[in-house]
Amino acid sequence: MAGIKVFGNATSPSTRRVLLALHEKNLDFELVNIDLKDGEHKKEPFLSRNPFGKVPAFEDGDLKLFESRAITQYIAHRYESQGTNLLPADSKNPAHYAIMAIGMEVEAHQFDPVASKLVWEQVIKNFVGLTTDQAVVAEEEAKLVKVLDVYEARLKEFKYLAGETFTLTDLHHIPVVQYLLGTPTKKLFTERPRVNEWVAEVTKRPASQKILK
Amino acid sequence: MEDQKMKLHCGFIFSNWTAMFGLHEKSLDFELVFVDWVAGEARTKTFLSNLNPFGQVPVLEDGDLKLFESKAITRYLAEQYKDVGTDLLPNDAKERAIVSMWMEIDTNQFLPLASTLIRELVTKPYQGLATDFTSVQENKEKLSEVLNIYEARLGESCYLAGESFTLADLHHLPPIHYMLKMEEEGVKDLIYSRPNVTAWVEKMQSRPAWLKTVIKGDHIFELMKQHRMPMQLDSPCQEMTGLAQKTAMVTENT
Repeated sequence: MAGIKVFGNATSPSTRRVLLALHEKNLDFELVNIDLKDGEHKKEPFLSRNPFGKVPAFEDGDLKLFESRAITQYIAHRYESQGTNLLPADSKNPAHYAIMAIGMEVEAHQFDPVASKLVWEQVIKNFVGLTTDQAVVAEEEAKLVKVLDVYEARLKEFKYLAGETFTLTDLHHIPVVQYLLGTPTKKLFTERPRVNEWVAEVTKRPASQKILK
Repeated sequence: MEDQKMKLHCGFIFSNWTAMFGLHEKSLDFELVFVDWVAGEARTKTFLSNLNPFGQVPVLEDGDLKLFESKAITRYLAEQYKDVGTDLLPNDAKERAIVSMWMEIDTNQFLPLASTLIRELVTKPYQGLATDFTSVQENKEKLSEVLNIYEARLGESCYLAGESFTLADLHHLPPIHYMLKMEEEGVKDLIYSRPNVTAWVEKMQSRPAWLKTVIKGDHIFELMKQHRMPMQLDSPCQEMTGLAQKTAMVTENT
């Protein structure tokens, strides 16, 4: 079996994105721990794997990649016939793929920058003993509301963000959503019935549970 | 069969150039619909419900399909029209993964910095807003570090993902084009002080599809200057269909 290796940290949302895809596909892999507190990701040998100094990095045989969303797309395509299908049902149809691609771009451009700041303020800062800046939280929550309103409308039409089936678009959200569920920002999800149902659906998946361990 | 032409709803922002660049590389005909987003035309109820609920351009219409987000648009064009014009995505899964990786690097490492510079040094002055020069300096420094990595990469291969021009390269040229027009000290140098990056940029700038894109892009800027109305920029949800009808220009692609 070609060796799949992930070089990352089990608590990092980006690393978790990749682990989710691997678990959904029931793929064997090795997680090589990178100590973020120690700055291991900013030094060699990790920098040779990702010169931008960010986890995760990935290996599948002779293929070396970084950037979590490129890795998950590779896994979804390369192992398409295995485990959960993470692509649209008719993945060879460019129009259907494009709808999923829009959702992936929206997650990366509209959702993640805002949601990650909220995780930084409310989770990571507390963890390292810094104080949450409530003004920043309020500002970012106001932006998140606008995104979640669009999601609410979308999810009234479809079961998942890209259509009737679970895809990479939904998967990419899960790690940051899981962190936000442990903060007061959770109310923004619970206030919106379809978003709330979607959050419950995607976080109860066995793969989603595995990454929390 | 003569289908309805594709429509590109387009405004004054570099991601629109990216969509146009993709269309030109694929030698595809399209109708250009000008959207003055600076004046709020992308936030009308009509736009939000019919085209893009996030109120942004570009938006591509191909028959019934409506797409937004420039990377989703260009990927669609690369796949749907694979047999036409330039091949922008390799077939092999591993090669494609490298292209995806460099598109992610664009989104996460390069573009946040470049687009901040563009916003501070181009968009805000146009809107009559003050530039934050501290932010400019910070972003120039970070961009310099990022471009060191690009310089090393482009010493290993002609283009970012290998020996052929792909979507990964295409997405970088419009923001770089804007950077090269900036008078702010040191911005052009970020590119020109790096020989491999410079060679890559110059190769891309000589592509016929790019030359067509520049002409279209400059035309959009002219349209915007002609059609700007003295209006409140802080009333985004005002119904502006009348204005949109008056100012939307439909231009045939030649």
